[in-house]
Amino acid sequence: MRQKNGIAVSFSAVSRRFGEVRAVDDVSFEVADGEFFSMLGPSGSGKTTCLRLIAGFEQPDAGHVAVHGVNVEGVPPYERDVNTVFQDYALFPHMTVFQNVEYGLMIRKVAPDERRRRSREMLDLVKLGQMGERKPSQLSGGQRQRVALARALINRPGVLLLDEPLGALDLKLREEMQEELKSLQRQVGITFVYVTHDQGEALAMSDRLAVFNQGRIEQIGTPADIYEHPATAFVAGFVGASNVCSGALAGSISGADRAFAIRPEKISMLAAGERVADGWLSIAGTVRAVTYHGATTRYAVSVEAGELTVMRQNGSDGRAATAAGDAVVLAWPRNLCQPLAERK
Amino acid sequence: MSAAIGRAPMFSRMSTLFYVRPRLLLGLLLAPPLIWLGVIYLGSLLSLLLQSFFYIDEFSGTIVREFSLETFRQLFTAANADVFLRTATMAAAVTIAAAVIAFPIAYYMVRYAGLRLKALLYLAVMLPLWSSYLVRVYAWKLILAKEGIVTWFAGQLHLGWLLDAILSIPVIGGPSLSTSYIGSFLVFLYIWLPFMILPIVAALERVPRSLIEASADLGAPPRQTFRKVILPLAFPGVVAGSIFTFSLTLGDYIIPGIIGNSRPLIGQAVYQLQGTAGNIPLAAAFTVVPIVIMAIYLLVARRLGAFNAL
Repeated sequence: MRQKNGIAVSFSAVSRRFGEVRAVDDVSFEVADGEFFSMLGPSGSGKTTCLRLIAGFEQPDAGHVAVHGVNVEGVPPYERDVNTVFQDYALFPHMTVFQNVEYGLMIRKVAPDERRRRSREMLDLVKLGQMGERKPSQLSGGQRQRVALARALINRPGVLLLDEPLGALDLKLREEMQEELKSLQRQVGITFVYVTHDQGEALAMSDRLAVFNQGRIEQIGTPADIYEHPATAFVAGFVGASNVCSGALAGSISGADRAFAIRPEKISMLAAGERVADGWLSIAGTVRAVTYHGATTRYAVSVEAGELTVMRQNGSDGRAATAAGDAVVLAWPRNLCQPLAERK
Repeated sequence: MSAAIGRAPMFSRMSTLFYVRPRLLLGLLLAPPLIWLGVIYLGSLLSLLLQSFFYIDEFSGTIVREFSLETFRQLFTAANADVFLRTATMAAAVTIAAAVIAFPIAYYMVRYAGLRLKALLYLAVMLPLWSSYLVRVYAWKLILAKEGIVTWFAGQLHLGWLLDAILSIPVIGGPSLSTSYIGSFLVFLYIWLPFMILPIVAALERVPRSLIEASADLGAPPRQTFRKVILPLAFPGVVAGSIFTFSLTLGDYIIPGIIGNSRPLIGQAVYQLQGTAGNIPLAAAFTVVPIVIMAIYLLVARRLGAFNAL
């Protein structure tokens, strides 16, 4: 990975409205050079608009967007040192795969020999060396995705923007491509800004990620930061599954009504009456439903002021299976509770 | 079970029949237009082609129903060749001008106009088609006449000299706009323009915005994006529109009869030959010309790759 010395992209107090809708609302963040940075959020949370602000398809209403330290307001997309992999790939249907990849170099008037050499190299890099003469319509979804990637990388951009590039692929292929993208990024050393609504994808690939909600950033951090220490109820609920406890439920567990989150896999489920270790929080409840998920089993447990979800690895312990209707005690170390801030 | 089917009303039984044999329904639906196309259209076209191989006996003036190339020899005399050269040139000029004018309009409709404005523009493009073609052509005759508004307007702007200069251009000029090729060109252009705009709109609608963004993203300024992405993808629409404008101009005999000079286009020649002159074989031979020109035109268009993006 390249030395993280510079700032590739920076947003300072950027806003973008569409009519009444604040698509991006006073957003600030920085992406370091060579970083794999993800913008994670539900649809309509402003992450794609942020990407389009970097690419130059949108202009901010307020604030500044800078790429490699240079303000880019008013700079059209074709003069920016960034390239995009589009959600629908946006391959030119009237050109062959090779012509698609070559397009950026052709526009920049690179000499034909070098153009062909670099395009061939790029196609080899994405493992499509044999497909050059085909039309995009003759490729599978995964192959099109690679062509889009090769086409965007050939100009050797300072920043590569990826707009949900794996969204249209099936699960198996998506997991494969996640690893490939990550290793490709290490190989080329280019800053990746990656937009996704898939929290698993963001956690698996990113160096850092920003969680978006309603046009604002809820939290920025490393995947482990975000997962282990969600700052808000939204992050706790959106990134991985979480029991968000507030109000009466929080009171009945911890004695204070400060909101906190606890991950389902961190809760131990004991038989009623079993002794709880010192320093642990606990609450008694009844199993309402049991759902089998292969590697894990989920238990919905009714407690005094609400319901908690517990997840257990299957076959990891020798305890007898717990069934719906069983009385149980849920317990976990107090320090695993993640206190939540109200949304700013 | 069988009793239930037996009691079913006729429509229900027919539905079942058509559901089980979808090709039967397709056949029934397609039969009337196919018979129309086959017998009425292709049949008369064939008989037309046959007629062009007959010839007029010069002494008696009667049609000799024997196979001969005599009529086609007549067709290629200098005077007649002039007619179709003139017509083809007119059709080509009208087509090119229509494409040049229609493209920006279509592009604006597709990329920039909001929903309401787009509906309004559609209406504006189609509206002329709702009123009679003859009325519109005669209206143009008044507009373009020597005493008409164009001459008057040019006079008011002290541009009479410019109009005179334009009208004094040899061949396409004339005593007034309404009696020159410029006049017939303008009216053809006006009358056929909707047939060029609509197919281009349809073609542009199928070019996703992301392709234009992708091109800009890869470094292409708008001019190059237009040349490398938008135009190639919209070209089938231009070709479709040009087939309309070109063939409609080739065959029309009313516009050049009302506006233009006295030298006939193909349509007028056919009209005169089958009417006053009674030379049906030559009239038939004349009508073969537009068909041949269109066939050549489509072959060239295909060679240019106009249909590749379909």
